[in-house]
Amino acid sequence: MANFIERMCLYLVLVLSVFLSIIQAVDRSNFKTCDQSAFCSRQRAMKPGQSSYRALLETLELSDSHLTVQLLNNNNKVLLLLELYRLQGNMTRVKINELKPVKPRYEVPDVLITDPPTELMSVVAQDEHRVVLSLGGEDWRLILSAQPFRLDIMEGPQVLLSLNSRGLLAFEQLRIRKDTKSQTDTKEAGEKEDTEKHDKEKVSEGEEAEEEVDQPGMWEETFKTHADTKPNGPSSISLDFSLPGVEHVYGIPEHADGLRLKNTDGGDPYRLYNLDVFQYELFNPMALYGAVPVLLSHNTHRTMGLFWLNAAETWVDVSSGQGSSEVPQTDVRWISESGIIDVFIMLGPRPNDVFTQYASLTGTQAFPPLSSLAYHQCRWNYNDQEDVSAVDQGFDEHDIPYDFIWLDIEHTDGKRYFTWDNNKFPQPKDMLQGLLDKRRKMVTIVDPHIKVDSSYKIHTEIRSRGYYIKNKDGGDYEGWCWPGNAGYPDFTNPEMRKWWASMFAYGQYEGSMENLYTWNDMNEPSVFNGPEVTMHKDALHGPWEHRDVHNLYGFYVQMATAEGQIQRSGGLERPFVLTRAFFAGSQRYGAVWTGDNAAEWGHLKMSIPMCLSLGLVGISFCGADVGGFFKTPSAELLVRWYQAGAYQPFFRAHAHLDTPRREPWLFGPDNTALIREAVRQRYTLLPYWYLQFYHAQRTGQPVMRPLWVEYPEDIATFSIDDEFLIGRDLLVHPVTDERSSGVTAYLPGNGEVWYDVHTFQRHDGAQNLSIPVTMSSIPVFQRGGSIICRKNRVRRSSSCMENDPYTLYVALDSQGNAEGELYIDDGHTFKHETDKQFIHRRLSFTANSLSSSDLSPDSQFPSASWVEQVNILGAQKPDAVTLTTTDGGESSVEFAFDPDTAVLTLRKPGMNAGVNWTLHLR
Amino acid sequence: MSCALLLLLMSLALAMGTGAAVEIQRPRGVPLSKRQFYEENKPFTCLDGSSTIPFDRINDDYCDCRDGSDEPGTAACPNGSFHCTNAGFRPAFIPSSRINDGICDCCDTTDEYNSGATCQNTCREMGRKERESLQIMAEITKEGFMLKQQLIHEAKRGQEDKQGKLTELQGSKKGLEEKVEALRTVKETAEDPEKEAKERHLKSWEEQKELIRMEKDKTRMAEAFLELDDDADGYVSVAELQSHLELDPDSDGSLTETETQGLLGGADKVDTSTFETVWSGIKDKYLSEGLSDPPAPVETPQEEETRDFVSDPDSDHYPEDYAGEEEDVEDDEEDDHEEEEEEKVPPTVQTPEKRADDEVSMPPYDTETQSLIDAAQKARDDFDEAERALREVDDQMKNLEKEIGFDFGPSAEFAYLYSQCYELSTSEYIYRLCPFNRVSQKPKFGGSETNLGLWGQWAGPEDSLYSVMKYDHGQGCWQGPNRSTTVKLTCGKETVVTSTSEPSRCEYLMEFTTPAVCQEPASLDEVLQGHTEL
Repeated sequence: MANFIERMCLYLVLVLSVFLSIIQAVDRSNFKTCDQSAFCSRQRAMKPGQSSYRALLETLELSDSHLTVQLLNNNNKVLLLLELYRLQGNMTRVKINELKPVKPRYEVPDVLITDPPTELMSVVAQDEHRVVLSLGGEDWRLILSAQPFRLDIMEGPQVLLSLNSRGLLAFEQLRIRKDTKSQTDTKEAGEKEDTEKHDKEKVSEGEEAEEEVDQPGMWEETFKTHADTKPNGPSSISLDFSLPGVEHVYGIPEHADGLRLKNTDGGDPYRLYNLDVFQYELFNPMALYGAVPVLLSHNTHRTMGLFWLNAAETWVDVSSGQGSSEVPQTDVRWISESGIIDVFIMLGPRPNDVFTQYASLTGTQAFPPLSSLAYHQCRWNYNDQEDVSAVDQGFDEHDIPYDFIWLDIEHTDGKRYFTWDNNKFPQPKDMLQGLLDKRRKMVTIVDPHIKVDSSYKIHTEIRSRGYYIKNKDGGDYEGWCWPGNAGYPDFTNPEMRKWWASMFAYGQYEGSMENLYTWNDMNEPSVFNGPEVTMHKDALHGPWEHRDVHNLYGFYVQMATAEGQIQRSGGLERPFVLTRAFFAGSQRYGAVWTGDNAAEWGHLKMSIPMCLSLGLVGISFCGADVGGFFKTPSAELLVRWYQAGAYQPFFRAHAHLDTPRREPWLFGPDNTALIREAVRQRYTLLPYWYLQFYHAQRTGQPVMRPLWVEYPEDIATFSIDDEFLIGRDLLVHPVTDERSSGVTAYLPGNGEVWYDVHTFQRHDGAQNLSIPVTMSSIPVFQRGGSIICRKNRVRRSSSCMENDPYTLYVALDSQGNAEGELYIDDGHTFKHETDKQFIHRRLSFTANSLSSSDLSPDSQFPSASWVEQVNILGAQKPDAVTLTTTDGGESSVEFAFDPDTAVLTLRKPGMNAGVNWTLHLR
Repeated sequence: MSCALLLLLMSLALAMGTGAAVEIQRPRGVPLSKRQFYEENKPFTCLDGSSTIPFDRINDDYCDCRDGSDEPGTAACPNGSFHCTNAGFRPAFIPSSRINDGICDCCDTTDEYNSGATCQNTCREMGRKERESLQIMAEITKEGFMLKQQLIHEAKRGQEDKQGKLTELQGSKKGLEEKVEALRTVKETAEDPEKEAKERHLKSWEEQKELIRMEKDKTRMAEAFLELDDDADGYVSVAELQSHLELDPDSDGSLTETETQGLLGGADKVDTSTFETVWSGIKDKYLSEGLSDPPAPVETPQEEETRDFVSDPDSDHYPEDYAGEEEDVEDDEEDDHEEEEEEKVPPTVQTPEKRADDEVSMPPYDTETQSLIDAAQKARDDFDEAERALREVDDQMKNLEKEIGFDFGPSAEFAYLYSQCYELSTSEYIYRLCPFNRVSQKPKFGGSETNLGLWGQWAGPEDSLYSVMKYDHGQGCWQGPNRSTTVKLTCGKETVVTSTSEPSRCEYLMEFTTPAVCQEPASLDEVLQGHTEL
């Protein structure tokens, strides 16, 4: 078997230059720097200075919903149209497009969940230099200055954010190629931009706009051996924003970098361009698999967000330093290759306000099936049905729970997705039934590249329906990927997506069953022989170039796949789809993982900031391959990764084909026990995870959070990315160093207290706590003032635990109070939405009474679960404990108090989880 | 293995006999063996002694004991275990987390008493099947063990045969060694006069060659003189020589007058006879005017190299090489003939001058020398022949010793596998196991064979070392380790590869049945003794 793969791989290596650096880390030369990207270098060559744009205030029109005004480029006399919207929820939208483009420019569809509702704007003051608009409230103002054009958003006398304050607005208007001019191109191309500008200024005095000079790379660009014909010529856009008083900015994933964005002065900007980067490097602004063009700024007073809605290749420069009058300032500059400027300014002011604002634009995290929050066992590849069965058996033999087993590309018939290898998986339904019998599930991979093979139904259908992306000459675009020559369906086409979704019907996807879910890989899209391992930018999606839609491709693939899963169940069941590529809004369709990482300590550490950054921009269901994809982890690294992964949202172990087996029981009984314990901790906390995702879906708050989100005024938290919060109440500081004997965790919150979840030891907030660790340590703390529900009866899969009782952990704050929530539904259908079938309860401990009250009286769900134990942390010994239920019944509850740990344990109070009750401590 | 099987058989029989008939009251999930700890209506002390609780808290669906012993019949304790009686089949313990989880684990359905799962009691059926298969296994084991005895017997005989043959060979080796020594003396005796005669012949040939060379040199000198003497006044003057930049002693690109004078031995001009001494100084560098441009002075390193070759006196080469060859033959008896042949190949780098010299070949030996050579050659052939025979015996002995030295198991029961190969055909490949040698894989539809590992060692666990074979250092894997194969041996009547797989990339697993691992079926006494628990 190895032989065949080896030959294939060797073949790929020989044929495809992109695979040349198999052994080393990323081959940077395969990917562009800003200098190698014509539009980026063109735009970046423009230095801050006075903007050549002037707002023609005489053209200003104000309607109920928005304001429009024309902008004139003094140099080339091209007119732009600025649209300003005040959006509900404290947001401002700024759109800039050409007033009269020679052809339409691409505006990103399908990412916004609705046309954002607007609010009234009114002119407060106006003269020939500026217009002052009210943004509501007493002192919220937007100042539009005419010459040079700029926008300032003010709160009272304070500038919150300025737009084009550095004069970097640039809008390359679409133009008709002048063939006569092309001969002189080469001669003039070398000239400095400065001279051109100088010339332009002189000419601009006249009525006629001067002839613009073409610069290199405007009509054609070559990277390595790949030519990008640019029939539409230059079309890039750029705009700068200044954030006075801001030193910390976050977001714009996906990059393998720290949580806090770095200064890009003197280096490359952060790049957003979905790419299949082989063995990516850490601490690097290079583009990775996904892109969310959302940046958050934060200081002790205010959190804001910038959402740059553009799906083309984008570069983001970040520059922090002293602004005027020695106030710190961060300048951000966005550069995109095509499309329009469409930016949403989210004004906060609190972190959760920004999350709510962004969620109102692009939607919230899809509420996943409960089981998908449990543990996933993956490997490239589980070889055959016997292998799957043996691994499944292995988990039972070693008493380690798991919910999903995954099949990578080798399960297919020759990398034809939606098919099975007949020799290795002759009876997929038997296999799935076997898993179903144990209440477990499976995921198969379905990638978007489709093998060009006239006997492959999926291919012939797509071809005959004309659903493939076209090359610049109008034929079906073909590229190399796993199956060899492959076509790429045009997922931007709604008809195509509908058809794709229908392929997941049980009758279409042969061998599929209700416990089979999907994994979309390689959807950047990855094209082995394409420029930068992706698609040629001049490929065509209907009227649009791939250049315009590139970063949306993966988003659409996951959208169509999730839709297919919903449809196959008649709209009843929640889907589960994992994707590698993503864009703003991808949170609506499922989970994301951080791609092909490596079995190295640095990658384990990096999993934290990478998922935190994704959480900040709406994508909460994030995880990294536990153990590391490439290379082979030591037993210690594997154990530590399980311990960290157990406390991250998407918890899946995965491994490269070339690495030795690493199922949890292959590293000796001690390591097996350590891994078992980490996975079991995950399972006990599933009710808490589920509740967090319920919240995430309702409110858009991230599940895995940086500390500053909950402690926005504590500067000490602003740069922390080696620990994190799950929801508000659990603080996790995984051990990510080899042979570690201790970690130092920062416990935030002046006056707060934190409880070690393993020992119940109490610690004060606002301190750096040194924690000695052994191999079994996973430093996790519960916030004083919170109540967390666990299910301590860990079974072999989460479904088996459905009716099990809860244990409550009531962690008292310094005032002796605590509160929490409990959410229960069937775990897998939409009935919580459609039929209000759920339980949502508030648990509150105050004045020595713990009570459960209904947060959603109009919903109902019959749950068999009950409360088997209550642990009150930081408690005092009571004389008696009584339980009161709604029917008026009162009974005494047995308890035990441990004076050493100050933990009061109530024995078997026994009430159903869905009813009102009160426990009195006397 | 078979001991365990029989034990199971017995226990099944017992369970069938007693299980249904006598139902002893005890808390759910408690095995009979622990019944005495759960005394009805008396306080219960956790089995780890950690605390004592009222009897009604046993199986009350709340975990009171740290060791889980109070909840043998519920899932309340994370570390509890549940006992299924499984009447008709084998009793078993399952983790208590599998109680009422909706999945039927115990064949008697007792684990799912409150989950709504509809489980069928399959114990009788399973018991029947297991007994059948155990019986089959027992038969296989019995027959296999008998076969194994035969194998041991054969191995013993084989081993004796080999030992005998080895002794025999040792005897004949001695004779051969003596013969080789005798022939060596004969050879050496014949070679001495041969060598002398050949050297004589060679020396006279060298002298003759030197004469020819000198003659040639003289001709060149005369030609050079004529060439240099531009004004044909019978003298070569400084001016005439100065145009030959290649003669520049300090290679600085210019040949000064003083330098030229130096070349001419201090004179302004020289006649033919004086030119003879001048010539010997310049002949190595001198370039005939008829040739193309002199080499550029920048290329000094290359020039030096060339000079090195030219300045090597011819006589340094051939005799030494020749003698060397002779010595090699004598010193390295082990060397095979191919290598000797290689050494005789003349050096490949030669200057054109040398090649010109070589064109004149050595004259044939005179008859006297030739007959000495013939005699010596015969002696050499005889010697080589004897030596070859000795080597063959050595090889045979080595192979035998190797085979005898192999660990073929405690009673050499695996010896019969030696130098055998067993194949298994899958959909894509033919796998081939040659025990104690190698494992390989060959694509069914063309392609070359891949080495999946060479014999490494026995690799079973301590108590059954001979149940697993390890083959390693196979062909390297692209991006991975060298291929290796683990062969698991199980008892069977036939010797056959039953399955192969590749659980990890380039780490293969092979299942192989052989009677050689069949263990003696245990006696009934042992079975009963080991069975007091029930």
